[in-house]
Amino acid sequence: MYELIAGTLASYLLGDSVTQFSTIIGAYLSAMGIGSWLSRYVKRNLVGVFVQVEILVGILGGASAALLFLVFEQVTSFRVILYADVLAVGILVGIEIPLLLRILKDRFEFSDLVSRVFTFDYAGALFASLLFPLLLVPHLGLIQTGFLFGMLNVLVAIWLLFSVPDVIPGAHWQRGMALAALLGLLAGFIHAEDITGTAEAATYPGKVIHAQSTPYQRIVLTRAGADLRLYLNGNLQFSSLDEYRYHEALVHPALASLAQPRRVLIIGGGDGLALREIWKYPSVDQVVLVDLDPVMTRLFSSNNLLTQLNGNALRSPRLSVVNQDAFAWVRQAAGRLAPFDAIVIDLPDPSNYSIGKLYSLSFYKALGGLTHADTRIVVQSTSPLVARKSYWCVHDTLAAAGFQVTPYHAYVPAFGEWGYLLAGQKPWTPPARYPEGLRYVSVAETPRMLHFPADMDYVAAGVQRLDNQLLVRYFDEEWGAYAAAW
Amino acid sequence: MLVIGGGVSGLAAGLRLHDAGRDFLLAEMEDQVGGHSRSGTNAITAFPWGAHYVPLPSEESTEVRRLFERLGIITGYEKGLPIYDDYALCADPDERLLMYGQWQEGLLPKLGVSKAEQAEHQRFFAQMETFRNLRGQDGRRAFCIPIDASSADPALRALDRISFAAWLEDQDYGGEHLLWLLDYSCRDDYGAGLAQVSAWAGIHYFAARNGRAANTDRETVLTWPQGNGWLVERLAAPFAGQIRTRALAVGVQDGPRPLTNLYLPEEDTVLLVESRAVILAVPRFVAARIVHSPAARPDAGDFHYSPWLVANISLDRLPAGPGAELAWDNVAYGQSMLGYVVATHQHLAMNPRQTVITAYWPLDHLPPAAARAEALARNGETWKTLIAQEILRMHPELAGAIRRIDLRLWGHAMVRPVPGFIWGKARQQALQDHPPLFFAHSDMAGISIFEEAYTYGIRAADAAIRHGPHPT
Ligand SMILES: Cc1cc2nc3c(=O)[nH]c(=O)nc-3n(C[C@H](O)[C@H](O)[C@H](O)COP(=O)(O)OP(=O)(O)OC[C@H]3O[C@@H](n4cnc5c(N)ncnc54)[C@H](O)[C@@H]3O)c2cc1C
Repeated sequence: MYELIAGTLASYLLGDSVTQFSTIIGAYLSAMGIGSWLSRYVKRNLVGVFVQVEILVGILGGASAALLFLVFEQVTSFRVILYADVLAVGILVGIEIPLLLRILKDRFEFSDLVSRVFTFDYAGALFASLLFPLLLVPHLGLIQTGFLFGMLNVLVAIWLLFSVPDVIPGAHWQRGMALAALLGLLAGFIHAEDITGTAEAATYPGKVIHAQSTPYQRIVLTRAGADLRLYLNGNLQFSSLDEYRYHEALVHPALASLAQPRRVLIIGGGDGLALREIWKYPSVDQVVLVDLDPVMTRLFSSNNLLTQLNGNALRSPRLSVVNQDAFAWVRQAAGRLAPFDAIVIDLPDPSNYSIGKLYSLSFYKALGGLTHADTRIVVQSTSPLVARKSYWCVHDTLAAAGFQVTPYHAYVPAFGEWGYLLAGQKPWTPPARYPEGLRYVSVAETPRMLHFPADMDYVAAGVQRLDNQLLVRYFDEEWGAYAAAW
Repeated sequence: MLVIGGGVSGLAAGLRLHDAGRDFLLAEMEDQVGGHSRSGTNAITAFPWGAHYVPLPSEESTEVRRLFERLGIITGYEKGLPIYDDYALCADPDERLLMYGQWQEGLLPKLGVSKAEQAEHQRFFAQMETFRNLRGQDGRRAFCIPIDASSADPALRALDRISFAAWLEDQDYGGEHLLWLLDYSCRDDYGAGLAQVSAWAGIHYFAARNGRAANTDRETVLTWPQGNGWLVERLAAPFAGQIRTRALAVGVQDGPRPLTNLYLPEEDTVLLVESRAVILAVPRFVAARIVHSPAARPDAGDFHYSPWLVANISLDRLPAGPGAELAWDNVAYGQSMLGYVVATHQHLAMNPRQTVITAYWPLDHLPPAAARAEALARNGETWKTLIAQEILRMHPELAGAIRRIDLRLWGHAMVRPVPGFIWGKARQQALQDHPPLFFAHSDMAGISIFEEAYTYGIRAADAAIRHGPHPT
């Protein structure tokens, strides 16, 4: 369990979940090996040592998530502390099992015993690894989960101290120690929110006003003055100061080019901000929003600050929210639902192979099944300046799917120069007018959005297919180089 | 007519008889058709029990290409090249290799491989490219799928008489990494290493596949979550009513109207079936036991079979590992178990929480009969422990995430192309039909792959149709 906590925490804080996870688990397992080797030097007082190890595991393991969270911003060598913690807990847990085996040896047939302990261990690990992503992390969060398991370890020690005090020298004072540890962990459990708050406040600029883990991501909202920011897994999604630029540019060139848009599909965009722009068209009478994470759509339709920002966009009888995987949904819906007049694709950047599927030729072809001759599609498609090949790869992929494609871009201070692509069965014509009250997009601004200076102009980039994932490779290369340079 | 065996070859024969409007019955001993290409399913996903992919059909695989058009796997042609269904093409990343605790993309070892060895790799693949385009004196390609389309040039066939290992030594290939890759490839396709199979078979693996596509690279393969079980389902669907499962052929008496004894375990009875013709789509060693005929005396003495163990492992987490990301096919350098394929790889969902991986293990550390005996002597729990150990060796992070392990031991999984077999007498004899008995099985090719099984099935059905007048 503790290794799961450390692995998850490290991937939240350091990014790159796959590598973090496996190196941490690897370290933990080798530490357990060391622990079980060390355990043979325990010659006497087995139960007493076992109790002490349990208490130590409880304290160290239980508090480690909180500890790591707190020190993340304060120290330069976070990894050293992370691995020291993982090793310490691993060694202690490694001592535990052989000790338990030896203690129980006198009570059971040995072979029966080994299988019992390992069945327990196996079942326990199975149980924990099931419980962890499904129940504990979403409901308790990492820090509380840590404290909870710490308390369980200490409770085992307390139970032993009270049921077999005769075989434990100094059982009396150890009871006191164990109870104190239990109380400490309980306090941590109760105040976990504050700890996360303090820790995240240090990680993010501004004050953390909401933080939540879902099976899909960690959602963090921060505020600094009037600036409200959303981070998913540590990546900035918007800043309330300039998100209007991003969302106006995303929605209006497509929607305003249509005479009477009625049915609109949004893929991604669970924050309701693109939706807010769509409601500026009174002709729209039906919107379907497909977003994987129900927590996102729930949060953005209930939290006051957020509903203020999206103008309660998610609370409309004209809206149906579908919390499903977009690819599967589109394939199912194509041909069964009536085509949409506009399709707005506001997905995360193609930073891994899973999301890459939603930028593939196959996906755009499937999407074609939800269009009619005049449907206008718009795709947010990363920065043509930083990730030029990536941007034009999305362009080439849409073109290969048989669409007429129009590239444009907008400057969003929080993100930099940002790219979009319009697609449809017919070429797009710039709108003659836009809805009233826009702050950025206008008829005069449109030609500037359509102009591509030499440093982000077309490069032939090829097509993102499921069987080559070209885009994800470009994206990794280009943003990797950018991150290295800065 | 009667078709015995519901593997790919039997199903191909059935489909052809069905298309020709013939009255027939297909008898399969298992409770499910598919043979070595069957699949299973659980709450997480469908998964393969044996065959799991088909490469892009080669130039000569005309029957298979026709089938793929019919099933919508080939959706059209562009400049003469087939366009394949995107969803059937193996999604990227397709392969990765674990070496020195680090995963790398592709199966060709790169980490710690010297310049000299890299040059050797290039030389080898260039030579295979030459073989791919090589034609014999009769004008036919040297190495083809189906195998019977290959050139009969004696100079080329001589390669069948020596082992692949001997040929490699003769050609001065000796780098550890290349030999590992070639040994892996032979074990993967034939269930036996490069010392056991013929040079002709070893080269065939690399040189026969020349299929190209309008919309992907030559190396891309076709695969589905349930592997070739996807094809099996579609082959059987049109004539499901004519399939009788749990029907074991125990004897076939040759004659103008052959008589077949089918044992039905359900009723514990033997059904006597009289038919106009019998298509035996069963392994050669089975045909040798059940056919009673003075003319056709199937002999399986020269047919050698590799045993395999296949395990489907349900996981509560996706396998990870440092370096290259999870691929469809995941292989560990120098490990006896070959590796595993991921059933959810072709799923479109973004974040599968659980998955099933199919681990493949050719049991070639002992001669086949001894390996079979050893494998049978182990109970299920022992096998599961062994499999779990192999998987955890590749993936320590999966500790606690193994939900269950299901096993299948294939005693005679694949015929072995040992030196002298492919172009030897035993196979030539097996290719002969003895109307009204017709034979179809991948064994007859000397290599077990979908294309061979399917083509022999079609061939046998066509011969059977030609043999008898339409019973109207
Ligand atoms: C582990 C493994 C992995 C493989 N991977 C691949 C792969 O990735 N790609 C590929 O192309 N090929 C692969 N193969 C080869 C695969 O065997 C062939 O592709 C194909 O399935 C062979 O079909 P077949 O009809 O020739 O033979 P079989 O599959 O052997 O079919 C024979 C059928 O006859 C039935 N039968 C036998 N005796 C009787 C009887 N007396 N009465 C009634 N029924 C009987 C059997 O139950 C079986 O269903 C793999 C094989 C194995 C074992």
